[in-house]
Amino acid sequence: MSVQSEGAPAHRPTFAALSPRDKLAKSAPFLLLPVLALVGLALIGTWPTWLTLTVSGLAMGMMIFVMASGLTLVFGLMDVINFGHGAFISVGAFVGISVLAGLGDWTGAASLALNMAAVLAAVIAAMAVTGALGWGFERVLVRPVYGAHLRQILVTVGGLIVIEQMIHVVWGPDEIFLTRPEMLKGVTLFAGAAIETYRLLAVAVGLVLFVTMRLVLRRTKIGLIVRAGVQNGEMVEALGYRLRLVFVGTFVAGSALAGLGGVMWSLYQEVITAGMGEEMMILVFVVVIIGGLGSIEGAFIGALMVGLLQNYVAFLAPKLALVSNIGLMTAILMWRPEGMLPVVRAK
Amino acid sequence: MSEPILTLEGVETDIGRYHILSGVDLEVPRGQVTMLLGRNGVGKTTTLRSVIGHWRAKSGRILFDGQDITRMPTPAIARMGLGFVPEDMGIFSDLTVEENMTLAAASGPLSPKRRDRIFAAFPPLATFWRAPAGTLSGGQKQMLSIARAMAEERRLYLIDEPTKGLAPAIVSTMAAALRELKREGASILLVEQNFAVARALGDRAAVMEGGRIVWTGAMAELATDAKLQSRLLGLSVEGA
Repeated sequence: MSVQSEGAPAHRPTFAALSPRDKLAKSAPFLLLPVLALVGLALIGTWPTWLTLTVSGLAMGMMIFVMASGLTLVFGLMDVINFGHGAFISVGAFVGISVLAGLGDWTGAASLALNMAAVLAAVIAAMAVTGALGWGFERVLVRPVYGAHLRQILVTVGGLIVIEQMIHVVWGPDEIFLTRPEMLKGVTLFAGAAIETYRLLAVAVGLVLFVTMRLVLRRTKIGLIVRAGVQNGEMVEALGYRLRLVFVGTFVAGSALAGLGGVMWSLYQEVITAGMGEEMMILVFVVVIIGGLGSIEGAFIGALMVGLLQNYVAFLAPKLALVSNIGLMTAILMWRPEGMLPVVRAK
Repeated sequence: MSEPILTLEGVETDIGRYHILSGVDLEVPRGQVTMLLGRNGVGKTTTLRSVIGHWRAKSGRILFDGQDITRMPTPAIARMGLGFVPEDMGIFSDLTVEENMTLAAASGPLSPKRRDRIFAAFPPLATFWRAPAGTLSGGQKQMLSIARAMAEERRLYLIDEPTKGLAPAIVSTMAAALRELKREGASILLVEQNFAVARALGDRAAVMEGGRIVWTGAMAELATDAKLQSRLLGLSVEGA
């Protein structure tokens, strides 16, 4: 480093291997899931019970991830706290379930292909409506309050209430019960455990979505712009990209995903209410916070942890189930105050 | 003399309640390196940020290659061919070096020719091509920041303190790369506190004081006039 010459740089960089300690610190969040699963197995004791609870927890986690993924990107990219996100979950559920009700012949048939076609139609309709709603929401409510957190909270909570009431106007005040399409009703026997078929579908959808999102974020230019924009939006603009457009696109996609999550959740619960999205938002915020703001990977791990923990605790100590997620959040934040995999540093 | 690549006419910029620029008049000639000099806090960075549009001039005009960009959105200004290297380098630390460069080439893939040129100027970027940019040293980050500005054909470079806080060996790498850019006929507006670097690279100099340009002339003139330096920049010893 001491030689100073014209032209050629005088230093020779090399790769330094990470120490085992650093490696562990880096991958610790990813290791928490298997550790949690193993601890669960040790405490629960019996394999079939554990497997049923684990698949159930994973399914629940995947659905929460679907709802949280859009919110974490919106928060990371434009520093917008959107409480209205919960309304998109409810609207998605009502639109999706209405479509399913209209396709009664398909859902009632004992044909997996027809059942799946009906679910797909419901999902597409729900995502289209919530995506469009998200576009209007951003334009009318969120745009005037960029940079002001308190006003964002007030305005988006207001939007949430209005949309919830609109659901009452359109679909009536009562909760709506539904049944799953015929082939998604029963249980599947797997490795000695009885697992609800629908939960396997939920896990599959969540996994596909996570892998797709990662691919888009890692391998496409739009993905690069989003990831860069989360860190330094000003510089992204100075490189010639219209971050506003990318942000609106992310907001719309996030709202559409909330709609997808709403459909999935309603098929899981088999009942929908206008307030269901608002109730889910507590878990969604827990997941976004423990995952680290702006991080898709963090939201994924966080959602699965919340799902697993809730199911294990509900079995082992039902009275603790209500506090388990808040307890998890407290523990994670004491360990990593910015969440497990923060992308956005404190601003 | 041909029309300047960049002209500022009476530019005034406020940041919050603070009045930072109070009428900046500046011409940046084509194919030359113009040094923007002055003590800390006189408005050099604000001048660059007003040009790229990160802060908006409340009055005055900014012309880029004859076109009025005063009210233009930042991305549109950048797409006109402006390469910007901010004071904080603006590195995307979670992205790899390669991804940083991919983004910098906004109008298409980074050409192999340009990549090789960048590797020749900054060999560590080749070594760490696939590493997260956040793991680079300070000097390497600065190399990446300048390399990003070089990722495409630019009509003008705005570079803010490229040698700030760097080890001498890396300062010379940086200076060599900027000299190479200059040799190719690039137009550069460069903020620099290291007077030795400024003297070696600059064709023209503009000195700021209290949010205004108070002196413009040939860099050589400023470099040889110790009294002028001491009056404008507070430099006590030549070649600090």
